[in-house]
Amino acid sequence: MYSEWPLLSVLIWTPIIGGILVLLAGDRDPSGARKIALLFSIVTFLLTLPLYTQFNTDTHLMQFVERHSWIDAFNIEYFVGVDGISMPLILLTSFMTVIVVISAWDIIEYRVSQYMAAFLIMEGFMIGTFSSLDAILFYIFFESMLIPMFLVIDIWGGANRIYATFKFFLYTFIGSVLLLVALIYLYTQSGSFAIFDFHHLRLTLTEQILIFLAFLVAFAVKVPMWPVHTWLPDAHVEAPTGGSVILAAIMLKMGGYGFLRFSLPITPDASAELDWLIITMSLTAVVYIGFVALVQQDMKKLIAYSSIAHMGFVTLGFFVVFRIMDGDNDAQGSVLALEGGMVQMISHGFISGAMFLCVGVVYDRMHSRQIADYGGVVNTMPVFAAFMVFFAMANAGLPGTSGFVGEFMVILASFKASFWIAFLAATTLILGAAYTLWMIKRVIFGEIANDNVRALTDINRREFLFLSILAIAVLALGLWPDPLVKVMHPTIENLLNHIATSKL
Amino acid sequence: MTEFVQPNLIPALPEIVMLVMTCLVLVVDLFLPQEKRGYSLFLAVATLVLTALTIIAVAPVDSISSFGGSFLLDQMAVTLKLAICVITILVFVYSRDYLTDHDIYKGEYYVLGLFAVLGMMIMISAHSFLLIYLGLELLSLSLYAMIAFNRKSLAASEAAMKYFVLGAMASGLLLYGISIFYGVTGTLNIDQFAQVVNDKMSENPIPLAFAMTFIVVGLSFKMGAVPFHMWLPDVYQGSPTSVTLFIGTAPKIAGFAMAMRLLVDGLGDLYADWSQMLIVLAVASMVIGNIIAIAQTNFKRMLAYSTISHVGFILLGILSGTATGYASAMFYTLTYAITASVAFGVLILLNRRGAEAENISDLSGLNDSNDCYADLLAIAMFSMAGLPPTVGFYAKLSVLQSVVQIDLVWLAVVAVLFSVIGLFYYLRIVRVMYFDKPLDREVTIKQALDVKILLSANGLSLLGLGIFPSGLMAYCVLAFS
Repeated sequence: MYSEWPLLSVLIWTPIIGGILVLLAGDRDPSGARKIALLFSIVTFLLTLPLYTQFNTDTHLMQFVERHSWIDAFNIEYFVGVDGISMPLILLTSFMTVIVVISAWDIIEYRVSQYMAAFLIMEGFMIGTFSSLDAILFYIFFESMLIPMFLVIDIWGGANRIYATFKFFLYTFIGSVLLLVALIYLYTQSGSFAIFDFHHLRLTLTEQILIFLAFLVAFAVKVPMWPVHTWLPDAHVEAPTGGSVILAAIMLKMGGYGFLRFSLPITPDASAELDWLIITMSLTAVVYIGFVALVQQDMKKLIAYSSIAHMGFVTLGFFVVFRIMDGDNDAQGSVLALEGGMVQMISHGFISGAMFLCVGVVYDRMHSRQIADYGGVVNTMPVFAAFMVFFAMANAGLPGTSGFVGEFMVILASFKASFWIAFLAATTLILGAAYTLWMIKRVIFGEIANDNVRALTDINRREFLFLSILAIAVLALGLWPDPLVKVMHPTIENLLNHIATSKL
Repeated sequence: MTEFVQPNLIPALPEIVMLVMTCLVLVVDLFLPQEKRGYSLFLAVATLVLTALTIIAVAPVDSISSFGGSFLLDQMAVTLKLAICVITILVFVYSRDYLTDHDIYKGEYYVLGLFAVLGMMIMISAHSFLLIYLGLELLSLSLYAMIAFNRKSLAASEAAMKYFVLGAMASGLLLYGISIFYGVTGTLNIDQFAQVVNDKMSENPIPLAFAMTFIVVGLSFKMGAVPFHMWLPDVYQGSPTSVTLFIGTAPKIAGFAMAMRLLVDGLGDLYADWSQMLIVLAVASMVIGNIIAIAQTNFKRMLAYSTISHVGFILLGILSGTATGYASAMFYTLTYAITASVAFGVLILLNRRGAEAENISDLSGLNDSNDCYADLLAIAMFSMAGLPPTVGFYAKLSVLQSVVQIDLVWLAVVAVLFSVIGLFYYLRIVRVMYFDKPLDREVTIKQALDVKILLSANGLSLLGLGIFPSGLMAYCVLAFS
């Protein structure tokens, strides 16, 4: 299905051009740079809305497709399009970028134009990643994104940022170079870099397993899955608030998206063969990392670990499908598992973004992330406390918030596979509540801990604005997830049919 | 008595133009007072432009050979020669302020440089062992003199001596291999040689393989592949930065051409033997180059080790033995030369009167003082590391693709894993520029307008070629079709 005008290209390139303009505007007029950045981010967000309103929910085929030959020597194409999996992620990306621009408004004072430009350019790359249907185009966007993120953490980050950025960059790079080799191998087999040609390529089990492992390294680092998660807490702690928000809300989703777009459809037999591995890693993330989160002293670290635990649900949902198909092959259960993983991704994007923004709000006032430095914040910042408690509840998976929907769907689906998988997954309801609420208790409630807390002022209108927008999003998705589930349904069903057919 | 046949001079016209013009520069420069040295630069650049135009004018549709088959002008030669001319123009312009600051703003720099270019052009077009050797020596002798050009500098003299001794040894090895070839086949012409090899292969391959080993060793020496790389870091570090800039860019292209002429055109039938040797050399270069580069504090030395690792990648393309492999190696070489010219170009701007800026710490805080140059150097570093959307990514992709195509997936995996290590030290440069605070001395960069424009265009071309590599790639593919 080809579109009449190149909406996706406009979405990819508008923020990038905006970023370059902001960069050229320079720092002589910081408020000008901010305004241009806000303008471009809002325009991009408005432009993504037609993706949703004109989306055809009756088909699993790619929509808004653009296809041009690009590098003839290797048959690489400029080939973009969206389906029910990628479209919600693109909306999430453009939405969160607006929030990040607003949140940085008068907080960032050093090299404002470079900061804003980095996020706008990153937005373009991220939308490009989600909409690429050519493997090399995907890889280019996937990798390019690292550069602005590296600079964001490096220039505006905390004290230990060098260690953090190097770890972040090297971890993700080592994963993605193996992905590159796998993609080149697939190209030599199929003669094209189009991802859909890979989907229909027949591969032996050995080939599939090797390719699957290469994909796994790349996407597991991005998600991040236990045991390659250690870069995430470091990166989050050192990143400026905006960097953390984008990292948690969007970049981690690249891993989950990669599993759905590459691993499952290209190597279905290897995925079925090695599902135990992923399920074990996911459950370890949910349980073990949950405990690790419990003992954190640093708020950002705690939220980072909770991100890892929540992303464990995403990968669990994607791979528990194979267990369900092995067992009583309940089609509804499989759909539930995949859709649960997807909903969890979107919801985690809102909630983790909001949590990092909340920490950012108090950090800007106190310049500390240590839980021990806080206490009784509710007395001086009542409005803020209300928001933070709400997002914490969502993080713990309270029914009525978006955090509940995804987790509940995945746990429900896991029951069809095995009681014990579901049981272990369900421990998150206890652990998640424990580490989140305990943090809330220590930070928000209680007596005013010290003079610094006493001097705090409540959130201003700008902070109220972005927190309330996010609160509405979390609540809306929690109460009425149907619009989201509806758009992805045909795509998910098609994907399930695809992976149920052996490639051997 | 054979009759004297007038050779067809058209294919060699660019070289002839070059030679005449270089002599002209040499003579004119003699009569110029120091303050008018700018005319020498102008003339040198004019020489290169004129040569480039001549190359375009005589470029054949297919290929023409002359001088009894020992001189060949084909698509590959045209593209490579043009690239060398363009890059040398950049080198000459970038080095002007450096030369002035170090009181070595002399016409000889340009004359020697032009002779080196002439040597490279001969190497590229040579289709006989003797001519390859002659071109190589013309290049090497000019380079020895250029390195020692700043005669007040001890380090430079040392580097020149080292390069001379080791380079002479490498030439000797190469020549020894060639002499055995001549003994076995009775010809120096590469076409005839390849024909004889093809016939004799079944008879007695031992002397051929023996001689080939010397050729590969000599070649590795000149290209700087491990374990024959020892001279490279010392020469890069000891030379005046303007000369490092030159050595680090254009001669790589000539080295690639020499490898293609010797191994592929001449010894194509022994592919099974030399490809095995190149695998060892390539892996060793990528491993040693990338790992040792991490420990360097001197930027020039670090780039020397990074060059070694890039040579490994170029060898990967050549050893694949397919037309796509050769094209990708050529693409890699060309883009590497462009990238290196940006990196050294920024470094050379940081030099101040009497003091060489060559340590990584000299780059600290560059983003605060000159964000434009910091951005350019960052692009060059990301390109060397092979990150999209820079051209380095596409170069790596095409080489890896040609390796995977011949079922050497493990080799591709080794290559990418060591490029992860490579990323580490390239990132360090970026970190130093963007994160570290500037040193106490005031960092102001002289910004001559022509340098600024050329360097910016040079740097942005890394992005431009990264996004639209098709055009250049098409030329590379054409060279081996």
